[in-house]
Amino acid sequence: MAEELLKLQNIYKNFGNVKVLKDVNIKINKGEVVALIGDNGAGKSTLIKVITGVHSPNSGKVFFKEKEVQIKSVAQSRKMGIEAVYQERALCDQQELYRNIFAGREITNSFGFLDIKKQRKEAEKILRDYIGFTSKAITVDSQVMGLSGGEKQGVAFGRSLYFNSDLIVLDEPTMGLSIQETEKVLNFVKGLKNENKSAIFIDHNIIHVYGAADRFIILDRGEVVGEFNKEDISREELVQKMIQLHESGKIKVED
Amino acid sequence: MNNLLNSYFVKTHKLEISITIIAVVLFLIYFLGAPHVFTRFPIYRAFMQSMPFFGIIAISATFVVTLGEIDLSFPSIVGITSLIFGIIMTSTDGNFFIAFILATSLGMFAGLVNGLLVTKIGIPSIVATIGTLFFWRGLVNVISQGSGIAIVDVADGTWHHMIFVEKLFGKIPMQFIWFIVLTGLMQWVYRYHKFGNHIHFVGDNKASAQMMGINVDNVKIIAFVQLGFFSALAGIFTMYEMLYFWPTQGEGLMLTTLAAVFVGGTSVFGGKGTIFGTFIGVLIIGSLESGIVALGLSGFYVKFINGLMITVAVTVYALIQRRKN
Repeated sequence: MAEELLKLQNIYKNFGNVKVLKDVNIKINKGEVVALIGDNGAGKSTLIKVITGVHSPNSGKVFFKEKEVQIKSVAQSRKMGIEAVYQERALCDQQELYRNIFAGREITNSFGFLDIKKQRKEAEKILRDYIGFTSKAITVDSQVMGLSGGEKQGVAFGRSLYFNSDLIVLDEPTMGLSIQETEKVLNFVKGLKNENKSAIFIDHNIIHVYGAADRFIILDRGEVVGEFNKEDISREELVQKMIQLHESGKIKVED
Repeated sequence: MNNLLNSYFVKTHKLEISITIIAVVLFLIYFLGAPHVFTRFPIYRAFMQSMPFFGIIAISATFVVTLGEIDLSFPSIVGITSLIFGIIMTSTDGNFFIAFILATSLGMFAGLVNGLLVTKIGIPSIVATIGTLFFWRGLVNVISQGSGIAIVDVADGTWHHMIFVEKLFGKIPMQFIWFIVLTGLMQWVYRYHKFGNHIHFVGDNKASAQMMGINVDNVKIIAFVQLGFFSALAGIFTMYEMLYFWPTQGEGLMLTTLAAVFVGGTSVFGGKGTIFGTFIGVLIIGSLESGIVALGLSGFYVKFINGLMITVAVTVYALIQRRKN
């Protein structure tokens, strides 16, 4: 039996009168990659923001490493070992890379002043060892705005590896990337499993999702409407399910 | 030369270098155009005496502007805190500590109100602070009933008067020393403290900053609170210099202060700025009036040239920014 890392139980989330998540139950094991799929407005982003502490659920329970927790802030979820990699919005454009990597958890002395030297050194290490940037054009002092989409994504990944998190949350990790860059990202996701780390990711592209994930959770209008292990479903069948859902608003549960 | 232009320092300090060149050229014009004034000490002493009053606020306001926010209420915060300072000084027979603590606390409270209106209620800062601009000035008028307060009897000749505004070695006004020290300190906080770092990230992209675990609301609130504090401090400096409170105190500060921040190169769009630039901006804006008159132009040119400076400066910065993208 696989070891459980994260469990969400009966999660509800409303924004005003809009019920975005309705009784969501999901579980992620150690070393498992779970793909969250569904149309726009299905509640995918909200769900991962509940996990990363950006939003608090209106009701429901969250268990991490089999202990009940209340994730009240991003800082707290990071401390527990949950790291988010957000497409595009992961970094601030006009700030230097070494500042971006440590934003929100700066290396400081006891008066709160930054240890710039250490931040730059560690950032250098992340660029070299975790991301494998070899280009001389990108240094720790580069502003983020000069980077390509894939490079930005790489920095966000490198950051999550450096902080040694157990669960990495990926929001549309391949959106707007070139084919080679997409390949890199997917390899990264696969590589996580070797280190017994878990990941949950959202992606519109089922072809990407299929290659990298162990399990698929389909969300529709705030509810989990289907859950499949990769062994049990082929790529074509998964695509069929999604088309079906799109057309009829239901997933046929057969066999 | 090419090497120099491409060096790391030059590349990362384009704004600071541009603004310094503008200031040097300006002072060269003064120097060549009015040597009888600008080769003598008194004009510089006058600058050192007057610039800190708005300079201290400009340095502090750079934090708020870097957030992509604005505070228009500080002239009235100067007014209300100076009034309270004057009332307490005269009614306690010159108890500096009580007056100082109450006046700066009130300044921070006024900043807190601005911060809460902007973050918790969600009013754009330009609107919220127009409201508080009128509110605090209105309160000054109601309390003072339009009359001033002389603090000369309780402040002149005291040790606090000495450390605030008297002349070091009989030449250098103390407020200028304070201004330099505060500028250095604030530059340090702006670039190398966690708070300054967060200011940059929130100003750059609020949503990203939030996702990186920065408490956006708190950062904004603290920025407004520190501006309230420094507005009160600037008011107290002015009180010691003039030894008098008058109900319109602070009213002339708005445009010069914000002009210094923008001429200094801090981006109106947030996320980028420089305290050093604001300091130079203060030297430029603070010297224009005397400089123009010394050059033999009539006082009618002051606003015109002021406007020209601001427009040219912000245009140049916008172009630099655009080329970068």
